[in-house]
Formats: sequence, C-alpha cells, structure tokens
Amino acid sequence: MGWIGDTVDSIKSIQIRQLLTQGVSLGMIVTSALIIWKALMCITGSESPVVVVLSESMEPGFKRGDILFLHMSKEPIRAGEIVVFNVDGREIPIVHRVIKVHERQDTGEVDVLTKGDNNPGDDRLLYAQGQHWLQRHHIMGRAVGFLPYVGWVTIIITEKPIIKYILIGALGLLVITSKD
Amino acid sequence: MHSFGYRLNVLLTFAVTILALMCAMASLSDNLNTPSPSAEIQIMNINWFQKQPQGNDEVSLTMNISADLQSLFTWNTKQVFIFVAAEYETPKNSLNQVSLWDAIIPAKEHAKFWIHTSNKYRFVDQGNNLRGKEFNLTLHWHVMPKTGKMFANKIVMTGYSLPEEYR
Repeated sequence: MGWIGDTVDSIKSIQIRQLLTQGVSLGMIVTSALIIWKALMCITGSESPVVVVLSESMEPGFKRGDILFLHMSKEPIRAGEIVVFNVDGREIPIVHRVIKVHERQDTGEVDVLTKGDNNPGDDRLLYAQGQHWLQRHHIMGRAVGFLPYVGWVTIIITEKPIIKYILIGALGLLVITSKD
Repeated sequence: MHSFGYRLNVLLTFAVTILALMCAMASLSDNLNTPSPSAEIQIMNINWFQKQPQGNDEVSLTMNISADLQSLFTWNTKQVFIFVAAEYETPKNSLNQVSLWDAIIPAKEHAKFWIHTSNKYRFVDQGNNLRGKEFNLTLHWHVMPKTGKMFANKIVMTGYSLPEEYR
C-alpha cells in the first residue's frame, strides 16, 4: 500500500513553519469546540447541557449510552419532570423523574423527591446521609430531548482510558502527516 | 485529494449530518400530531387514614383509573409514561404534588385501559393537614420519543376530598 510510504516521506519532510501552522489550526479547532460548549451552557442555563445516561434505572425509556439534552429554566419544578441532579458527595449526576413536590408558600422553595422509572423504590437511599429531599440548587437541569446510542463513545472512552490515548495519538498523527 | 482517508472522512461526515437531519425531522413530525386523550379516576375506598409517629398524615386509598391515550402515540413514540398525582394546598406549602401511581405504556394497543389499584407510592403530607382536605387528581403523561423532543401534558380532575377524621 503506497500510503505507508507516503506517510513516512511526509514525516521526513516536515518543515517547522508548516508544523506550527498545523499546531495553530488544531488549537483553533479545540478552542471552537470549547466556545460552542460554553455557549450551550449559557443558552440552556445548565452546567452540563448534554449528559450521557450511565445506568439502567430509567429503562425502557432511557438506556445506557443515550444522550440527554438539558435545559434549566426559572419555571418551578413539577412532578413528572425528568431532572438531572447532583448529590453532595457524589460526582456522577443522576437522571431520574420527580415524583413528589412540596413548594413553600412564602419562599417558593421546593422539596423534591425523585425515583428512577425502573427502580422499585424512591431515591432516598441515594441522597446524602440524613437528606430526605432535594432542593432546587441540587438540580442541574431538566431533560427536554434525547438521542439514542450516541453516548456510547463517551462511555467507552471513560471506562477504557486506553482507547482515549489511542484516539488522541491517531488524531495527532493525522494532523502531523496531512498535507493541508 | 482522492485518497482513501479523505474519502472516508467525507463519507462519514456526510453520513452523520444526514442522520442528524433525519432525527430532527422525525422529532419535528411529532408536532403534526394533535392528541385528544381522555381519562377518569374514581376513588373507590379510603383504606386507612392515620397520623404517623413523625407527625405526618398518611392516606391509603384504592382507585379506579380508566383512560384512552391512544391519540398520543405517533410513529416516533417509544413509550408514554403516565402517573396520577394528588395535588393540594396547605398553610405551609402553596403546592403539594404527590405521585400515587405510575405506569409505562409501551405501545398504542395498551393505551386504552382500566385499572383498579391501591396507591403505589405512599400519600404522605409534610405535616398533618390532610383531614377534610380537598384535592385534585391529575393524570400526567410524558411522551418519550424514539428520538428528539419529549412532550408532556396533563388532565386535571377536581372535586376529591379526604375524610374529616382519621380512620
């Protein structure tokens, strides 16, 4: 296959200026991706505008590997909404449905209880020690839309980090050896 | 310009773009659907009504739920999640929503149903305000699509109330 010979030739003939230009292009691509991500955070009002479903607790609706689009508006939290929340002390956010809401007359603050559709019991076991309810500040966003299967890439990269290194290595090689 | 790698790159980009476009169109087609669901809930019996040791009121009741939600299903619908919530007001809380029962409807054939059941989840108040309380029973549904935007709506049924005394 001639392209192996071509690749070796192109590595031999690298010039500094070309390399720097390609480095800058790569930097521009990464920065644009970051800008888009931050813009999405602003538009959706959520710290994490897209999340990957990691467990089977919302089956058959959401399967492992699906991605969810989140949006956080000022609207009050109501029963039935699918929310993504962080429990103090746990780093992985949880995506479950709200089954109970108690909203205070005076302050408008809410106590919320959640449960995964596929779980037999509610989420009190998952909350922090002594915590019986979630408050608004625990909730990162509401799920408003979803795409199936797309999140598997993230799961594979997270669970088998070697694949991450292989991918980055291959991309780096591609950038260096490409003519344009 | 015509290398294998270049062609593969262009092909993959095109394929992903077309796939994304198809998912968006599938989701948009859901807007063409105008649903006309109906539901009715009767409370057959208040099984018991007690104040718990911690001071919160709790009720156990048996309901008859019948509904026709077939018009909610489109070709892009994966399932419809429905639940019945009791909604009421107390002096401390402007709104209380307590889910009593829920179900997943996987297909249109199962969307017209009738069920006689006691409450799946405990009907517990924050406090002891439930004696003689008037409340609404709301049937909520969430349509979960195969791909795209999720829809939700509800039917509010008013006129239910709890007994004046504990039983």
